[in-house]
Amino acid sequence: MSATRTATRRDVQPRRRLADWLFHRRGREPAPVRLTQRRIFLLPTRQGLFFALVLLVMLGGSINYGLSLGFVLTFLLASMAVVSIVHAFRNLAGLEVSVAPAGRAFAGGTVRFDATFVNPRRLARYSVAIAHPDGEAQSTDCPAFGTGQCMLRIAAPARGRLYPGRLVVFTRHPLGLFYAWSYVEPDRFAIVYPAPEAVAAPLPAGTTGDGRSNSAQDGQDDFAGLRPWHPGDSPQRIAWKAVARGQGLLAKQFVAEAGSIAWFAWEDTPASLGDEGRLSRLARWVVEADATGIAFGLRLPGQVLPPAAGEAQREAALEALALYGIDR
Amino acid sequence: MAALAARPWLREALWGLLIVPLLAAPLFAGAPRALLVAGSALAFWRAFAISRRSLRARQHDAVLPLSLHSGWMLLASLAVVLVPHSTRLPAWLTLLVVLFIGWRIAVMRRRLQPPPRALLVAMVSAASGGVFLQYGTLFGREPGVALLAIMIALKLLELKSRRDAIVLVFLAYFLVITNFLYSQTLPTALLMLLAVWLVTSTMIGFHQRQPAFRQTASLAGQLLVQAIPLMVVLFLFFPRLPGPLWGLPRDGGQNVTGLSDSMSPGSFGQLSASADVAFRVEFSGPVPRTAELYWRGPVFWTFDGRLWTVGSSASPGPTVAPLVRPISEPVAYTVTLEPHFERWLLALDMPTAVPPEARAGVDFVLLANAPVRTRVRYEGRAALDYRVNENETEANLRRALQLPAGLNPRSVALAAELRASGLEPEQIVDRVLSRFRDEPFFYTTNPPPLASEHTVDQFLFETRRGFCEHYASAFTVLMRAAGLPARVVTGYQGGVVNPVGNYLVVRQAEAHAWSEVWLAGRGWVRIDPTAAVSPLRVESGIAASISIDDPLPMLVRGSLPMLSRAGFAVDAVANAWNQWVLSYNTQRQQQFLRNLGLDSTDWKSLSVLLLAGAAAATLLGALLALRGLLPGRRDPAVLAWERLCRKLARAGLERSPSEGPHAFASRVAAARPDLAPAVLAIADAYVQIRYRPADPGRPAAALADELRRRIRRLKT
Repeated sequence: MSATRTATRRDVQPRRRLADWLFHRRGREPAPVRLTQRRIFLLPTRQGLFFALVLLVMLGGSINYGLSLGFVLTFLLASMAVVSIVHAFRNLAGLEVSVAPAGRAFAGGTVRFDATFVNPRRLARYSVAIAHPDGEAQSTDCPAFGTGQCMLRIAAPARGRLYPGRLVVFTRHPLGLFYAWSYVEPDRFAIVYPAPEAVAAPLPAGTTGDGRSNSAQDGQDDFAGLRPWHPGDSPQRIAWKAVARGQGLLAKQFVAEAGSIAWFAWEDTPASLGDEGRLSRLARWVVEADATGIAFGLRLPGQVLPPAAGEAQREAALEALALYGIDR
Repeated sequence: MAALAARPWLREALWGLLIVPLLAAPLFAGAPRALLVAGSALAFWRAFAISRRSLRARQHDAVLPLSLHSGWMLLASLAVVLVPHSTRLPAWLTLLVVLFIGWRIAVMRRRLQPPPRALLVAMVSAASGGVFLQYGTLFGREPGVALLAIMIALKLLELKSRRDAIVLVFLAYFLVITNFLYSQTLPTALLMLLAVWLVTSTMIGFHQRQPAFRQTASLAGQLLVQAIPLMVVLFLFFPRLPGPLWGLPRDGGQNVTGLSDSMSPGSFGQLSASADVAFRVEFSGPVPRTAELYWRGPVFWTFDGRLWTVGSSASPGPTVAPLVRPISEPVAYTVTLEPHFERWLLALDMPTAVPPEARAGVDFVLLANAPVRTRVRYEGRAALDYRVNENETEANLRRALQLPAGLNPRSVALAAELRASGLEPEQIVDRVLSRFRDEPFFYTTNPPPLASEHTVDQFLFETRRGFCEHYASAFTVLMRAAGLPARVVTGYQGGVVNPVGNYLVVRQAEAHAWSEVWLAGRGWVRIDPTAAVSPLRVESGIAASISIDDPLPMLVRGSLPMLSRAGFAVDAVANAWNQWVLSYNTQRQQQFLRNLGLDSTDWKSLSVLLLAGAAAATLLGALLALRGLLPGRRDPAVLAWERLCRKLARAGLERSPSEGPHAFASRVAAARPDLAPAVLAIADAYVQIRYRPADPGRPAAALADELRRRIRRLKT
């Protein structure tokens, strides 16, 4: 065991340290990150290598036929390729990149992050792209002294804080012969809620204010209005008529009798589910309660959320569940 | 195959390796055939497999789709590189290419569907079959270019992904160089520069989200301008290997007009219709009189009754170094000879020096060591007054007396009569010349054909109309029959001084033939029988000597002064282009390096020089490219806002450093209600520019201009 560990260290650590040093990787940084000369890297693309091959053939042909203009053309194209390296570099140089979460998600979904590029220089930038290692690249243009925005969707596999990780900002502009890139690791994170339990468990009994039974089924009886749709809402609740009217995704809200209050407590969930399972069940209850408009409180070990209803309460409760047991 | 499928890059690398032989075919005509066969076969296979590949390619490399704008740009740039070829390709092929391009346009305008795969395959096979039938081969320059053109048109037709388009762009660059195989003149170069500029902006468009022509074209222009310093360094210092790399490209040069290695009646008349430049000459001193400008080319010794040939193989003769004894001070000059694919180097009579990489024959023809395939430049010296080979060998004198037995009996009889009359050799020459002068002989580029077996008899006694070769041939035959050793010399006579470039231009129309007679005590003496018939030909040039009805190129005739002056200017530009750009070869590079004080064989210091020069040029290009990044240039919106703050500060309203634009504007509005609407609007506009994402409809520059105007108008 210890032998393998030392072997791994010897093999991987120096290489990683070398890569970290080489690619100027310094861990998470506060926004905005300015793309300085030291952190922009350049390599030829496959297309660039193919272009080099074409140039070689052209050079050979020029020698073969003693074509003076062939030499001129070959050297002009080669020089243009060299200059395009500088252009690829200048397309990124000086850009200020900020990446911020633009939403929350349940574990298993995706979180949207917005990347904003501010161009503080007179030079317009074209086709600046940003990509998560596992995701698709998104590109934008930045006019002189202007800004450009890209939307990244990053998978959220588990609850907690989701950092976008090491993102690649890159460009192939202008000729596609060279690839200029830089690493950006933002320090902003999105909150990922525990995934609500798939199978609906009945809301804990005996938690209502006036002692009347209060199940999710009852809660669906009285239509009360519409509110924005949240991920995690049952598709049955989508107000399709509103969608058809072009009002966007809205969820139907049903109000049980006013004054009912639910308490969701860690102790109410069976220990057999495990910690994550218990959080999932609590998350499910929170979502259900919010959908039916019940005011609810949340009791976690060492943390109590006083009862309330509405958007803010839902967010607060889900955030408490998301960060439960996770250090600051 | 599985390995290829799993590694797209490997497939791409193979694709790259395969297409190159196809590209190479027109440029490496002499290359091993097997290589080209394999390469082309595989490239065709690629063409069939393209549809499948591009579908897959679209899935994993579609960061940017191909826009309609890029499609039009691609069409335009391909059209520009194909147009010069269209005159050289067979008409059916040009038509086919136009048809395919038209089809593509219809597809782009959603009028037609692209052809189904089977039809495409059929068209590829039919087109390459057609090329084979046309040329009898698929290799070499013409069929290579034809195949390339047809493949490009077909590829355009089934263009699907951006990657296909990029391959097309590379092919377009490649077509540019194939144009240079046919023409390297300045107009071609300018057209191709336009093509490179268009192709480059097309390529930029492929890598841009919303390409706009003005912007991509301006960026392409920037790239080209910034590439020039490095291009110049590479052009001057990149080691020039003497080509060709393998074998000699056999194509090219068959259709060049010029002197030939034989002479028959009528062979010079054809040349007189050509305005092509044969060579240009710069004299270091004054240009000699036109009548002295005899440019020596191939010398003919053997006559078979119709054809004059060098005939060295028939009677080799001992190679005695010819001796030239200059009487006048030699004239120095430099010749720039157009390629004529033969070995002789034209030299002013009588050469006293032999250029390097050439040697002189027994008859003092200068022969290069290899056929002249490219424009060459050499220095020459000539004595205008001279004695040559006063002690000629017996063998050569015998060679110069041979005549075909039994031919031209009347001429032989005439010569025998002269010989029997006891005249001195000089007097015999004069008699014959005065016969040409006094009897009704005519000088014309368009004489009646000599069909008789006895060509000289027919000319001397019947037609009496001839061009220089008729007179030279008849005169030489008469001399030989009279017992005087004589030979035919061909070359050029005269030339036109170009006052713009201050050099002499000699065109094919000035091709000429004359005689040399060996006289005891004087050696070989030049006798030009044409001068006896038409003194103007030798003194004033061909234009003055022949009738207006005879065909002669406009440039040579020079009848319109305006036109000839423009012609001089055009030729001077062409000459400068030839001298400075096209003639820069291995030799001239070595000469250039020697002039810089460098040893051209010292590869170590040459590579250091190349690298240092390239680095400096790259740096220059980079500095040009990076100007826009200078921090000195600040956001005009910020500058305008700061100006507003200064203006208000003078009015007693100073912005505290922590105050945001809106907060400051509200405070100003409260203190100065008269300024309130203006200041609040300015703050709004400023925030809009600085902190909102760009609106493509209203560019930031326009908004900043508007802001600046408002602030200037504000009266505090």
